[in-house]
Amino acid sequence: MNDVAFAQRRIDAVVIGASAGGIEALGLLLPALPAQLRAPVLIVQHIPRDRPSLLVDIFAPRCARPVREADDKEPVAPGTVYFAPPDYHLLVDRGPQLALSADELVHFSRPSIDVLFESAADAYGAHLLGIILSGANDDGAAGLAAVHRAGGMAVVQDPRGAQAETMPAAALQRTAAALVMSLEAIRDLLHALERDHAA
Amino acid sequence: MDAEVNRAAAETPPEPPLDPVFEIEMQLLLDAIYLKYHYDFRAYAGASLRRRLRTALERFACRTLSQLQDRLLHQPELFPPLLDYLTVQVSDLFRDPAYFRALRERVVPHLRTYPSLKVWIAGCSSGEEVYSLAILLREEGLLERTLIYATDINPQALQRAEAGVYEMDRVPGFTENHRLSGAPGSLSDYYTAAYGRALFDRSLKKHIVFCDHSLATDSVFAEVQLVSCRNVLIYFNRELQDRALGLFREALCRRGFLGIGSRESLRFSAHAEAFEEVAREDRVFRKREGA
Ligand SMILES: C[S@@+](CC[C@H](N)C(=O)[O-])C[C@H]1O[C@@H](n2cnc3c(N)ncnc32)[C@H](O)[C@@H]1O
Repeated sequence: MNDVAFAQRRIDAVVIGASAGGIEALGLLLPALPAQLRAPVLIVQHIPRDRPSLLVDIFAPRCARPVREADDKEPVAPGTVYFAPPDYHLLVDRGPQLALSADELVHFSRPSIDVLFESAADAYGAHLLGIILSGANDDGAAGLAAVHRAGGMAVVQDPRGAQAETMPAAALQRTAAALVMSLEAIRDLLHALERDHAA
Repeated sequence: MDAEVNRAAAETPPEPPLDPVFEIEMQLLLDAIYLKYHYDFRAYAGASLRRRLRTALERFACRTLSQLQDRLLHQPELFPPLLDYLTVQVSDLFRDPAYFRALRERVVPHLRTYPSLKVWIAGCSSGEEVYSLAILLREEGLLERTLIYATDINPQALQRAEAGVYEMDRVPGFTENHRLSGAPGSLSDYYTAAYGRALFDRSLKKHIVFCDHSLATDSVFAEVQLVSCRNVLIYFNRELQDRALGLFREALCRRGFLGIGSRESLRFSAHAEAFEEVAREDRVFRKREGA
């Protein structure tokens, strides 16, 4: 059923939000991204603000696609995985182009998932896939709602399988129409995205 | 990688599906602000501006930007609070200590060779960056021959900057940053604590001129040896970034120095060729000979 829903839409970008337990979840998803992936994948994983992020070091060697920390004004390259840098919000601007901001913390976080998701919903509308993974706060709930409102596809990791269920549960509470999936199902979805879109 | 970037440009849909009515209203609002208040936000980076305007809608209890525009045009007292939404006032003393360490180690030795110094801090917000640099220059024995121009477009921020008073609960963070910047002494030498606040030293202020100046609409006012403009360019689109960088290029003396925010870059700018890297990671640049 998900495959059918999927075949009907063109997905131009994927945004992922994660917090506590997110690195493990991403560890299942990112290395499984297909080498021919075309949609860019933009990720906010909550990390400490006061030290360099290790996310690129962790994931780049394990992924078939390039993994980078986002730079301000960088054109969004296809099939590339971008992580928000520590202490900056990551947004998508016209172009599409990556944008960073040093605005106030949102839900005690910078980067914040809401900020990324809301700007991506503006930029990609119905052609966006938003995914909320494990986490222990409710950042991302408003963002996923914005993705859904703009006609994009909203997916939430099944809270029962998540290391920390608060974040996926909050997202679901806010967007009841979001698809609830196991991590394995999300991984397969990202593959299906490639297959259906490649045609 | 460049090939991929080009491919991205060629194959992604030209116009992203932004809400068309909101976009129209935003454009009209920015025009109205420019015409009535002479603040030019028309070339600011759209994504974060959109976000801040949405927050402002809630704050001013307006349903649409058109409504906000109406109120703004007829109730001038609403503009100052709106300006606080449009300009982001997040700052810290010795924010990114490694940047200040790079200035100490890579720039100060050159600054020492000038008999008198001028420094421009553009987008100084409530002054944290200004006091950081003033303290650094004092520690390096250069402040006595230095004049610092600290500029911003937000009058309330400039007032706070001029006052140089910060909540005491921020001071431990300031102190740690200061230490990490390679400071020889203690930050407490530069402020007086009273009533839960830290007041920065008068003798620092003697060397600072605070003024209203917009990188979007004003021009160069002095020749300087160092420009520090951090976390301001990220709020501009590429054209406006180029305008600002053009001002810095013009203001800088021969082989002058430019420092920008830790996530900003000259990579996508028309002025990229005019500067060489001095400390790559810390975003310190130097104007090339003849540029
Ligand atoms: C995030 S703060 C940066 C503060 C400080 N430089 C730092 O890095 O901590 C951005 C500042 O840029 C100012 N600003 C925005 N637009 C400007 C313009 N056109 N010209 C000068 N300053 C501007 C804002 O008012 C705000 O104080």
